[in-house]
Amino acid sequence: MKAKHQRLILIIAALIAIIGAGLIAAWTLRNQANYFYLPEQMAATPPAVGQAVRLGGMVRPGSLSTQADGVTVNFMVTGNTDDAFPVRYHGILPDLFVEGSGVVAEGSLGTDGVFVATNLLAKHDENYVPKELEGMGSAQAAQMAADTTIGLTQ
Amino acid sequence: MHIYANPTRFLSLAKWLMPLLFWSGLVLSVGALAWGLVAVPPDRLMGETVRILFIHVPAAWLGMGGWAGIAISSAMLLIWKHPLAAIAARAIAVPGMVFCAICLATGSIWGRPTWGTWWEWDGRLTSMLVLLFLYVGYIALTQATAREGGSSKIAAIFGLVGAVNVPIINRSVVWWNSLHQPPSITAGKSAIDATFLVPLLVAVVGFSLLFGAIVLMRMRALIAEQQVEARLRRRALDDDASAAGVPVMEQA
Repeated sequence: MKAKHQRLILIIAALIAIIGAGLIAAWTLRNQANYFYLPEQMAATPPAVGQAVRLGGMVRPGSLSTQADGVTVNFMVTGNTDDAFPVRYHGILPDLFVEGSGVVAEGSLGTDGVFVATNLLAKHDENYVPKELEGMGSAQAAQMAADTTIGLTQ
Repeated sequence: MHIYANPTRFLSLAKWLMPLLFWSGLVLSVGALAWGLVAVPPDRLMGETVRILFIHVPAAWLGMGGWAGIAISSAMLLIWKHPLAAIAARAIAVPGMVFCAICLATGSIWGRPTWGTWWEWDGRLTSMLVLLFLYVGYIALTQATAREGGSSKIAAIFGLVGAVNVPIINRSVVWWNSLHQPPSITAGKSAIDATFLVPLLVAVVGFSLLFGAIVLMRMRALIAEQQVEARLRRRALDDDASAAGVPVMEQA
C-alpha cells in the first residue's frame, strides 16, 4: 500500500469520526438547544411558575382578543398537535403578528396557567408569496407557492 | 484535476477563466439584484423587506460553500500534497468570510422588521456566527504560517475539523425549534413563489461565478507572491556568493 493511500484512508476515517462526533453532539443537544418550547412540550413538562422560558407556535385563528384597556391581548398558541396554550401579553404587537402566523413569546407561566409574555417576536414561515395573495393562511400560502413554483416541484 | 495541480498549467487556465467568470458573474449579480430590488412585488407579510432575500440567501450559501471548499482543499493537501491545494484553501477563506459576514448583517437587518429583534441566540444564528469566527481563526492561522514559516498541515487539519459546523448550520432549523424559519428550498421542493425564486436563483449563479473569479484572482496573487519571495531569496543567495569576503555592513 502506497503512503498516499494510507493518508487517504486515515483522513477519511478521521473525517468520519469528527463529523460523526459533531453530529452526535448536536443531535443530543436537540432538547437543550431549542430556542423555544412548543405548546405540547410545555403541556407535557410545564416549567416552574415564574421561570423565564419561551413559548413558540402558531396563533390560533379566531383566538385573538383585546381587553378593555386596549393594549392587553389574549390568544391561544398551537403547535403540531391539538394542544393549545393560552398567552397574555401587555404591550405593542410586532407588525407581522397576525392570527394563523408564527409567534415566539418570551415570559413565564403564571399561577393561573396562562403564559404571561413580556416580549413577543413574530416568526416568519418558510413561504414567500407575493402581495396579491394577501390574506391567505400559511397552509394556503404553502400550497400556492408549491403550485406556482416551476421546475423544482415534483 | 491532477493535471492542474501544476501551477504553470493552472496559471494558463486561470488567465482566461478568471475574466470570464468575473464579467459573467458581475452581469448576472447586478441584473438579479436590480430585478429583485425593483421589479419583484412585495411579499404578502414582509412587504418590501423580502428584497433582502436576494442578497442574504446567496451570501449564506456561499459562506457555507466556502468552508466546504476549504475542507476539500485541505483534504487534497493532506492526502496528495498538491502544491495548489494550500493556495486554494487560503484563497477561498477571505471571500468566504466576507459572504458569511454579509449573510449575518443582512439577516440582522431583515430580522428587525420581521421578527422584531436584531439578534437572538437561536440555533441557526449562533451556528452561523460560529462559522464567521472559524473563518477569522483560519485566516489568522494561515497568515501566521505564511509569515513565520511552519507546516501548512496545521491549517489543513483546522479546515477539516471546522467542516463539522457546516452540516450543523444546515440542519439547525430542522433539529431545533428556532426563530429562523425552516429551509424554503430543499431537494426538489421550494416554498418560494416563482416570482421570487427565479431572480433568487439567478443571483445565486451570479454570486457563485463572482466567488469563483475572486478565488482565482487571489490564487494568482498568492502564487505571484511566492514566486517573488523565491526570487528574492535566490538573489540574496547569489549576492552573498559573489560578495564573499566583503563585510556584511557594506552590502546593505
